Amino acid sequence: MSIRPATRDSIRLVGITLGYDRHPAVHHLSGTVRAGDLLALVGPNGAGKSTLLKGMVGEIRCLEGHIDRSGALAYMPQADEIDRSFPLSVMDLAGMGLWRKAGSWRGLERWRPEIGAALDAVGLGGFEARPISTLSGGQFRRALFARLILQDCPVMLLDEPFTGIDNRTVEDLLALIRLWHGQGRTVVAALHDLTQVREHFPTTLLLAREAVAWGPTARVLTPENLARARNLSEAWDEDAAVCVGPKPAVALGHDHGPETHHHHEDAA
Amino acid sequence: MIDPFGPILAPFVEFGFMRRALAGCLALSVSAPPVGVFLTLRRMSLMSDAMSHAILPGAAAGFLVAGLSLPAMTVGGLVAGLAVALLAGAVTRATVVREDANLAAFYLISLAGGVLLVSLRGSQIDLMHFLFGSVLALDDAALILLGGISTLTLVALAAIYRPLVMECVDPLFLRTVSRSGGPVHLAFLALVVINLVGGFQALGTLLAVGLMLLPAVAARFWARDLGGLIPISMLIAAVASVSGLSLSYQLDLPSGPAIVLAAGALYLVSMLAGPRGGLLRRLIRPRHLEA
Repeated sequence: MSIRPATRDSIRLVGITLGYDRHPAVHHLSGTVRAGDLLALVGPNGAGKSTLLKGMVGEIRCLEGHIDRSGALAYMPQADEIDRSFPLSVMDLAGMGLWRKAGSWRGLERWRPEIGAALDAVGLGGFEARPISTLSGGQFRRALFARLILQDCPVMLLDEPFTGIDNRTVEDLLALIRLWHGQGRTVVAALHDLTQVREHFPTTLLLAREAVAWGPTARVLTPENLARARNLSEAWDEDAAVCVGPKPAVALGHDHGPETHHHHEDAA
Repeated sequence: MIDPFGPILAPFVEFGFMRRALAGCLALSVSAPPVGVFLTLRRMSLMSDAMSHAILPGAAAGFLVAGLSLPAMTVGGLVAGLAVALLAGAVTRATVVREDANLAAFYLISLAGGVLLVSLRGSQIDLMHFLFGSVLALDDAALILLGGISTLTLVALAAIYRPLVMECVDPLFLRTVSRSGGPVHLAFLALVVINLVGGFQALGTLLAVGLMLLPAVAARFWARDLGGLIPISMLIAAVASVSGLSLSYQLDLPSGPAIVLAAGALYLVSMLAGPRGGLLRRLIRPRHLEA
């Protein structure tokens, strides 16, 4: 299976500022996620990783700038945003991923083999009838990955997909992400484990409200860049001045200048 | 041969008005409980209570215009209930205040308005009628209305079932794959309102939620998934309707409270004996399994 997006850019960020109550969580960010990229989103807490993913999926509106998307996006939020006490079976949860095909009416029975295969792929074969409330945290995460498989989208956005997951499950899920990458899908994942990022993600965006660096992982995750990211103030300054626009120096830092430009041929 | 159901069914065999009451309550029993199941699963149980009060000013306005006429009061209640539901929903989507808070604000306004309107012209008896319904005085128009509400509810629930479930479990996911979240939510609120208006005819504004919520909550002790919860809640509501009406006749009790009390009794029985988390089940704990 190979995914061929209509254009080579999956997501284009044009001078976007995302935030809450006028306070930017992501500030004047520009850049392009190319089709087929396997991009890690790294940064300290409060750096705007989740906010950026929410902006990409259209969940929150840009305070400034705009985001161009091509094709359908699949998005996996942090799992605690889901009501896990709802009486729903694993099959029904994973089957939600078929929404584009099944819609409101068509029964899921005809896709039973696909659903079974997706659950098998995440190691949940035979769990079809289990209520989601009886799953452990890791099993629930796997079920969400099965839903992503069934969504079958060219672009996958994952918000801290491995939080609280045991090592073996993480290995399985990373293998799945590599498979998606091999199929030509675009994957963007917010992550904290830098070893994991270095090992599995060819490109990285180091975010600290503004982009500290964006490019090949080895050139982004340098001690200097990480120190710069750490120095970011998490403070929410009530008396912050009204922003008049990106500072020229900052704009260079993430505007795909020669230093931070990532090699698209590597990522393709 | 002694027919054990004889005494229970006798009043329905004997009297037309009892059969009408039963027909109305059974129509309500198949439509209100499924709505209640979704309300409880969304932790919106109290919101339906709030909305049932919101119906009062509309019904009272209909009463002011046309006297004790079911159609006028129904249309009034429907308009007021839908207006409050839609306004609260719209305000929630547009502002940061949560839906339950908005509903509380709107329903307090409309409840006060309703009481004011009824007291402008109504007597004490009229007020009782508003508060506790008139299930023994259902005329043809009211029965057709209840049947229509029931039919519409079941058809609409079937149509929005899947997106509604998705909106309950993972609204964020539904938003990323479809724009139906908003319309589905509003359609569901509309179903709540029309079922409350139906309940208002039979049980009055204070007890309208009785047949909606009590069976739904009781069903939680018997079934684990939606496929079980919905039919069981309907069954509990139907049993409560038959036994409540019959008891109210035999013991000369007011019918609306009798029906809701019957549903309440079934809830207590379910809470004690239900296999899914019932109290007795917790006392008798079988030894755990190996895996």
